[in-house]
Amino acid sequence: MIEAIFKYTYLQNAFLSAVLASIACGIIGTIIIEKKLVMLSGGIAHTSFGGIGLGYYIGIEPIYGAFVFAIISALGIAQVSKKIHTYSDALIGMFWSLGMALGILFIAITPGYPPDMTSYLFGDILTVSSSSIIMMSMIDLIIVIVIFSLYNYWKAYFFDEEFSKVIGIPTEILEKILFIMIALTIVVLIKLVGIILVIALLTIPPSIAKLLSYNLMNIMLISIIVGVVLCILGLYLSYRFDIASGATIILTSGATYFISAFIKSQFKTKNGN
Amino acid sequence: MYIIEMQDVNVNYGRVRALDNINLKVKEKEFLGIIGPNGGGKTTLLKVLLGLIKPNSGKVKMQKDIKLGYVPQFTSFNKKFPIRVLDVILMGKLTKRMKLLHKYSKKDIQVAEQIMNKLGILEFKNRQIGQLSGGQMQKVLIARSLMIDPDILILDEPTASLDSNAKNDIYQLLKEINSEKTIIMVSHDMGIVSSYIGSIACVNKQLHYHGDDIHIDEQEIQEAYGCPIDLITHGTTPHRVLREHKGEEN
Repeated sequence: MIEAIFKYTYLQNAFLSAVLASIACGIIGTIIIEKKLVMLSGGIAHTSFGGIGLGYYIGIEPIYGAFVFAIISALGIAQVSKKIHTYSDALIGMFWSLGMALGILFIAITPGYPPDMTSYLFGDILTVSSSSIIMMSMIDLIIVIVIFSLYNYWKAYFFDEEFSKVIGIPTEILEKILFIMIALTIVVLIKLVGIILVIALLTIPPSIAKLLSYNLMNIMLISIIVGVVLCILGLYLSYRFDIASGATIILTSGATYFISAFIKSQFKTKNGN
Repeated sequence: MYIIEMQDVNVNYGRVRALDNINLKVKEKEFLGIIGPNGGGKTTLLKVLLGLIKPNSGKVKMQKDIKLGYVPQFTSFNKKFPIRVLDVILMGKLTKRMKLLHKYSKKDIQVAEQIMNKLGILEFKNRQIGQLSGGQMQKVLIARSLMIDPDILILDEPTASLDSNAKNDIYQLLKEINSEKTIIMVSHDMGIVSSYIGSIACVNKQLHYHGDDIHIDEQEIQEAYGCPIDLITHGTTPHRVLREHKGEEN
């Protein structure tokens, strides 16, 4: 495989996008786990399917449609649940299926042969284009700058929102920025592993990292490294056994998590009691 | 001169009135206990003082440049969050003017360690917050609010779910802090309320204030809570009785 990486651009792109996606995932994934926004993220991912459908229908790059839908749903869920006091959980469920339904509708009314949607549903790291790589790099850059330049404020907001508000930290602005970053990350990941598998890539590397550290910054950094390793391992296995890359990456990640959690629990019982 | 004055404050949640025409004046270095039944508006009152809820009408006046220190209930945050005790306490040093690439100064850390030492929690400085006992965690939250060097300390049920030793410990600490700072505290803890606190506000939508002449009237407490409440405490705790609410119709 190593010679193949030097030989084929598509493998180089796959390798690079694994690294770039892991950076966004490590940081944003850690945050959504700690802020308990995993359901919201699932909702955003599925809502963006509507945007992909719309993209096909009006003839623009589908991923731009996904961006718009993802950002609208992220901010919309937050706003609506505050205004009308609906459980945000139920609202996420509605956005989730409404987005999917809209996607199906748009694709049905798009003239001509229906496009192949599998790459959006299940992702394909091997078909990532150079323009996607540039987009991912930009989003990584935004996330890294925004989070680390205000790191202490973010940490305070993640840990205790009410106290942060009392001492005057603009928590509402931070929340909006966070939701937009979650939306951007998810859309980037759709290219890689697809709408259905996005959540795994956001939750598994940080969960493994959480087994190893009690420090927020370290958890983010470890998640990034774990993400890169798992993506590349998954990519290798999918190349080797010729199975779908998205699913292989997720299954490799899941297996790694359960094995590490098991090892940790064994280690704990030995030392603890 | 009062440090806080609330004038004719009303708060509604939709069609439900949570606070009805509240008037409250708090003196400097007062130790005010806010008591009342669940759903009576204690926490709402606290949130109005903290600026988290805007009243529908009425005014909250505070002396200029007053700093508030807030000690929330420890159910209000995620105890498993990956943060160590020292970093929780340092949060108190953050201000609304956000600085890019902000770092806590050496002096900030020194002050934090001094406060932790005073409160007897210095040894836990590098522990993850969730690995502390309830009493220790409460002290961490008090330490965090002391980092602000507040003029007024506002506490929400600081002794909820603590055992009696830990409770006494916290109250002893608050009594010491009270020699320098005003304290406003929501509490369910009638026994201790009566012995440590200077003045009491009973809140059940309306507010009844009891100042220097505190004495607890069993019937009135029963009316406020809607059920009999044990006013007898163990040991030598002084027992006080509040006078009747004037002008109350019932």
